[in-house]
Amino acid sequence: MSAPAAPPAAPATGARPARRPRDLSQLGVCAFLVLLGALVVADAATLSQGLVDDGVVGPRPVPYVVGAGLVVTALVLAVDVLRGGRGEAEDGEDVDLSAGSDFKRIGLLVLVFAANVLLVERLGWVVSGALFFGGVAKLLGGRSLLRAVAVGAVLSLLTFYFFWVVLGIQLPPGVLDGVL
Amino acid sequence: MGDLAALLGGFGDALTPANLAFAAIGVVLGTAVGVLPGIGPAMTVALLLPLTYALEPASALIMFAGIYYGGMYGGSTTAILLNTPGESSSVVTALEGNRMARSGRAAQALSTAAIGSFVAGTIGSVLLVATAPLMVDLAVGLGEADYFAIMVLALLAVTAVLGSSRVRGFASLFIGLAIGLVGLDAVSGQARLTFGVLQLIDGIDIVVVAVAIFAVGEALWVASRMRRSAVEVIPVGRPWMGREDWKRSWKPWLRGTALGFPFGAVPAGGAELPTFLSYVAERKLSRHPEEFGKGAIEGVAGPEAANNASAAGTLVPTLALGLPTNATAAVLLAAFMSYGIQPGPLLFQREPDLVWALIASLFIGNLLLLALNLPLAPLWAKLLRIPRPYLYAGILFFATLGAYATNLQAFDLWLLLGFGVLGFAMRRFGLPVLPLIIGVIIGPLAEERMRTALTLSQGDWGGLVADPLSVVVYALVALVLLFPLLRRFLPARLGGRPAPVPPSDPGVDLREHEEVPR
Repeated sequence: MSAPAAPPAAPATGARPARRPRDLSQLGVCAFLVLLGALVVADAATLSQGLVDDGVVGPRPVPYVVGAGLVVTALVLAVDVLRGGRGEAEDGEDVDLSAGSDFKRIGLLVLVFAANVLLVERLGWVVSGALFFGGVAKLLGGRSLLRAVAVGAVLSLLTFYFFWVVLGIQLPPGVLDGVL
Repeated sequence: MGDLAALLGGFGDALTPANLAFAAIGVVLGTAVGVLPGIGPAMTVALLLPLTYALEPASALIMFAGIYYGGMYGGSTTAILLNTPGESSSVVTALEGNRMARSGRAAQALSTAAIGSFVAGTIGSVLLVATAPLMVDLAVGLGEADYFAIMVLALLAVTAVLGSSRVRGFASLFIGLAIGLVGLDAVSGQARLTFGVLQLIDGIDIVVVAVAIFAVGEALWVASRMRRSAVEVIPVGRPWMGREDWKRSWKPWLRGTALGFPFGAVPAGGAELPTFLSYVAERKLSRHPEEFGKGAIEGVAGPEAANNASAAGTLVPTLALGLPTNATAAVLLAAFMSYGIQPGPLLFQREPDLVWALIASLFIGNLLLLALNLPLAPLWAKLLRIPRPYLYAGILFFATLGAYATNLQAFDLWLLLGFGVLGFAMRRFGLPVLPLIIGVIIGPLAEERMRTALTLSQGDWGGLVADPLSVVVYALVALVLLFPLLRRFLPARLGGRPAPVPPSDPGVDLREHEEVPR
């Protein structure tokens, strides 16, 4: 997704300016929808019709409809954006809509997540999970990395044994194979 | 009469010590996640879906139903104490509830919400018992084409009626439908949108999509805009209500229930509209209209009841037709499907014990919730003080656990990350997530129905509208699509006086409301 470097400042809480600047970063959403739609249609076109001509019952009509729907939606959305429409960003208990997006933090979070995916089977669930928890907590403003990792270790140990003993699912033990 | 006996049998099943324990775990967990910011019942059930591998269907579903009801109770706590409703259905509760809390009546606001939820939940469950079999009787006679039409209606209704921007809703729906296409086509055996990736042949697991969109997307979204200042939690004592509070509450509870249930039961209702309507109705009927906006108890009692009754109503189409209309019900449906059980009219015939145990557990869960919520409210409020870094790290941790444990392959974690980023972008750009989830779940089912119907009619598109019922349903579809034109005339009739919350856009008023000097 094309993430905007600096989204236009969200309207100040309560001030509700009558006219807000157009949020053109939303056109990235349109581009994404068009690409996805094209992908769906192109993929459907490669499907073979089969030995018998199954016509409308075949595997193609629905992807065509979905792909077309994506493209049409993208166009309507583009018009809406150009006319100044904007999505109501989701509010929440811990969300401060007046603050700008912190994309550096998002990038780092994604990296920590990716590291966890790469490590989970090598280091094992417990070690990788503890590091993951600690890394995320630190990134989100936790004070002590060490304490966060300790909390994460407790969590991942508990879940490891819960899944093993109660559910009969063995999460990867990794480097602690034999110890656990 | 047969249903009553079946319900009693259901109580027998639901009251076994083990299932009672699962109901209790469910409601405690549900209340906790309802109170906790950033995590809701839909996400929780999604995270717990791996448990379905180890638990009996009845136990797991009883627990999930407890989470569903518990989340509704817990949601009102945050709305009242923090003025930050976690879900759109508690937006209205926050209006009066938070004012009450500010003027030192938090305990009364919490009690009227809890007792109102109990009343509405119980009556709603009774209505569920009464109406679900009726809907089943109707649905059993439906042909494939009719079913397809109803699914189309449900998809479009969820997309077009809920949420503030229809085009963004449709964008979300079509993304969901595209995700639903991935995998082997059941009829022709050809792989669609798999790009030669072996793990995609079986399609994308709904658990992964749901966890990614709800949990990872939310965590990333919050991380990008973390509230710097600590939230202010209003202290509460033990909830109680005086005689006057009872007198002013009981009618709004009943009216809220009457409004909420039907809205929940139709495939386009949701909880936002009935809570809003209940608020407007109570303000009109109140003997103390001057108190509205300053903390009128009726304004909490009515909408909270409407909210819970709508939650019960939603279970009617979910169980009887297999059509969920809110996020938690959608994930609940996914839980059924992971047991190979397809909710729908045949559910009541094939799995009567399971269904009735589930319905019985709703009554039990409601009672447990009342017992749990009244005395423990101060304790729940403490949950709001949990350090945010740990909370969101925990959410991400359990998200990876849920996605990974499903198939034990790291590939699912990449999917989780990818869809998580999608979920983040959707929140950033105001694309509602519900149409996507419903699209992923219902899309493949609808396609199957359509192709069966077309096979029966030997490829003639006319087969889709051969039945008068499907024609009626398509007329409704047209009505839903034309709704914005009709809606222009609605607000004037609804409010009489200028309404404080335009139904189409609750977010705006919320901000105004938040402006009150603290």
